[in-house]
Amino acid sequence: MRPISRIMIALAALALLVLLVVPIWRIDLAAPQYPEGLYLQIFADRFEGDVEKINGLNHYIGMAYIKDEMFKEFIYLPKIIMVLAVLGLVAAAWGRRILLFLGLVTLSLFGLWALWRMWDWGYEYGHNLDPRAAIKIEDQAYQPPLIGHKQLLNFDAWSTPDIGGWILFGVMALLAGVYFLEIRDMRRRMQAATTN
Amino acid sequence: MNTPLKLTGGVIGFATLVFLLLNSPGCKPTTTKTAVTGDAASRVYVAPGTHDEFYNFVSGGFNGQLSVVGLPSGRTFRNIPVFSVDPESGYGYSEETKPMLMTTHGFIPWDDSHHPDLSQTNGMPDGRWVFINGNNTPRIAMIDLTTFRTHSMIEIPNSAGNHSSPFSTPNTEYVVASTRFSIPVGTEAERDVPINTYKENFKGSVSFVRPEADGKMSIAFQILTPPVNFDLARTGKGASDGWFFFSCYNTEKAYSLLEVNASQRDKDFIMAVNWKMAEQLVKEGRGKRVPGKHYSNWHNHKTHTVESTIYDDVLQLDYMEHPGLVYFMPCPKSPHGCDVDPTGEFIVGSGKLAALLPVFSFSKIQQAIANQDFEGDFAGIPVLKYESVLYGEVKKPGLGPLHTEFDAHGNAYTSFFVSSEIVKWNIKDLEVLDRVPTYYSIGHLCVPGGPNVKPYGKYVIAYNKITKDRYLPTGPELCHSAQLYSIDGDKMELLLDFPTVGEPHYAVACPAELLKDKSVKFYRIEENEHPWVAKGEKESGIERRGRNVHIKMTTIRSHFTPDNIEGIQLGDTVYFHVTNLEQDWDVPHGFAIKGAANAELLIMPGETATLKWIPTKVGVVPFYCTDFCSALHQEMQGYLRVSPRGSNVPLKAYTVSVDDEL
Repeated sequence: MRPISRIMIALAALALLVLLVVPIWRIDLAAPQYPEGLYLQIFADRFEGDVEKINGLNHYIGMAYIKDEMFKEFIYLPKIIMVLAVLGLVAAAWGRRILLFLGLVTLSLFGLWALWRMWDWGYEYGHNLDPRAAIKIEDQAYQPPLIGHKQLLNFDAWSTPDIGGWILFGVMALLAGVYFLEIRDMRRRMQAATTN
Repeated sequence: MNTPLKLTGGVIGFATLVFLLLNSPGCKPTTTKTAVTGDAASRVYVAPGTHDEFYNFVSGGFNGQLSVVGLPSGRTFRNIPVFSVDPESGYGYSEETKPMLMTTHGFIPWDDSHHPDLSQTNGMPDGRWVFINGNNTPRIAMIDLTTFRTHSMIEIPNSAGNHSSPFSTPNTEYVVASTRFSIPVGTEAERDVPINTYKENFKGSVSFVRPEADGKMSIAFQILTPPVNFDLARTGKGASDGWFFFSCYNTEKAYSLLEVNASQRDKDFIMAVNWKMAEQLVKEGRGKRVPGKHYSNWHNHKTHTVESTIYDDVLQLDYMEHPGLVYFMPCPKSPHGCDVDPTGEFIVGSGKLAALLPVFSFSKIQQAIANQDFEGDFAGIPVLKYESVLYGEVKKPGLGPLHTEFDAHGNAYTSFFVSSEIVKWNIKDLEVLDRVPTYYSIGHLCVPGGPNVKPYGKYVIAYNKITKDRYLPTGPELCHSAQLYSIDGDKMELLLDFPTVGEPHYAVACPAELLKDKSVKFYRIEENEHPWVAKGEKESGIERRGRNVHIKMTTIRSHFTPDNIEGIQLGDTVYFHVTNLEQDWDVPHGFAIKGAANAELLIMPGETATLKWIPTKVGVVPFYCTDFCSALHQEMQGYLRVSPRGSNVPLKAYTVSVDDEL
């Protein structure tokens, strides 16, 4: 690969490390009696935000009590991110195009896996309700939206990428771009070789 | 026949003329209808969801409290309990707050609060505290403007009627307390004297109270004065920084029928005290410790509990030993207000029986002192010559001037009780510019920042003594009221009437921005150091100590832990130490139990409060949450079983969940 591509890949790999310290996803809640809003931020290894307040509200409808220990993901997510970053750096150092391709595939799989985990947790969280809950509503589930807006009883819920999420998308776009340019570059050189 | 006809015609003509004259607009009393301009409503309208521009702290007078009002809407947000117990919040009833109202007379559950004043930095409100005086049992209270709760209170010894208080110096080095009633002070024998020995044995006093950074207050020094009645006071600032001015009446030294006997002299005094000099004398150890037992009570926000410190004596400075410390300036007829303009150069005396307003000049006062321009002395205090210290007089301003505040453009606004009006006049040329009626009988007035170096202006608010027909009648007892006037233009314009709580005396106002972002939303549970806190339901419990039973209880939407209590016996005293575990804004819980002889508790998030309860009957009594906390608020309750004395029911406190019952 060209040096510029390898530098870009190295930068993308380093950018992935930022995901270890910034929030990756964010859920915002608003209701008439919460004009200031409630929010939940998902980091690589923990929740932050109004976790206690959300738990306090959710106990009426029997939703599970959210705490960091519920999620095995919080233990291995940081490790996965570090492995991906190392892979990226190796690809940059080695400079083989196939590695870039594999890295892009791995990263996409990682992204899909993360979204699936979120959806799966959301489904479980929203459907598996305590039968002793004070408020029970027939056929009502409280699954939060995977991305975008959803009305949950008196709450409006929004699920959106936070800084980390946008970095992840950016890294994927960057790598895809580098890969595209590399392929184009390769084809041009091959064309040049054949015409000569 | 001709003459009687003419006469009849003349009489009818005259009567018609009189009728027409009396009914012409110029001959009728002015009413609000003629006083309010068209767009007044839109100028005081604060749309739903938007905020007022100013906080207005309005004294409650005989209710002993301090109201928090928004301007320009005139809406009351809160009545902060200060000197009076408040069963609705448990203030003065909970074990934690009772010590706030402790004095050398014991627990005093009421007072008469007259004058708020904001803490200052460089002569401007700094948003830390608001002070207010207790007139009846002399005290000064400080309210914390992050929690809007009474934070500390100090009792003033050798004082009676703390009226001329609690005005602040420009950096709140001190707030003052001076006596409305002179009394005999000293040993028991010195205090037990015939009332008709007033002139020989009675003393007034002026105390300078020092607030520390944490809000604890102590008396830095006290000056005993001749037996006059102090009325109001203001700090010098700018040009006059370092001085303090106190108006006084009853220089006749009357002790009976003051209405007449204290209104004889043509002039009373404004007393000028050089407090920077007093401070220096104290530093040099020139003061003398004399008996003067008093309480200083302070709310420890970590333990949520008030702590009392008892002082046995007070440091006094004798003005006879320190010439230059105190001067008198003659001021016409029983002055009420003595107000210092924003530059500090002019001092306006408001002789409430006078037909003019004297304006004194600070530079002329300094000149007169330098020239020893005295007309004599009053009980050893030099009396400056009126003409030497006078800048000028506002002639025929109105009747019964009481109090003056200022805008930022060199104008003064004086309230007139007798003629029931506000008069705007120019300080420099002493000309009356405008006058508006008040409905009825204005006492104090307030311009936001009016007592400070850079008034915010915009409005003047009248605090009236009489309402009569202004509101829907409510029997013999009527609300008091305030009126809001715009002072943006050359003419004052009446915009709004609004009722107030208690009797408003003085009030102060500051921009909402100064306070609103600093407002505490809840107390952090991890910072709670109350000795009986339960920082989670697992820490709740019950403990017997002889005949006292202590219950550590928690509240969270929407249950108490524990909510079943047994083993209490007649003859026990039960202490409910209730911790509100909530950590969110606006989620207080209440606690009330049947037969409580005191009050309820209203516990803010993260706070611990204690209710003392003595069972009087055998049986099961319920307790419940009184503040609608959630959709399951009505379910927030518990039971306590009371058994006869000596019963063998074991002491236990528990909660039963669905799982336990199945």
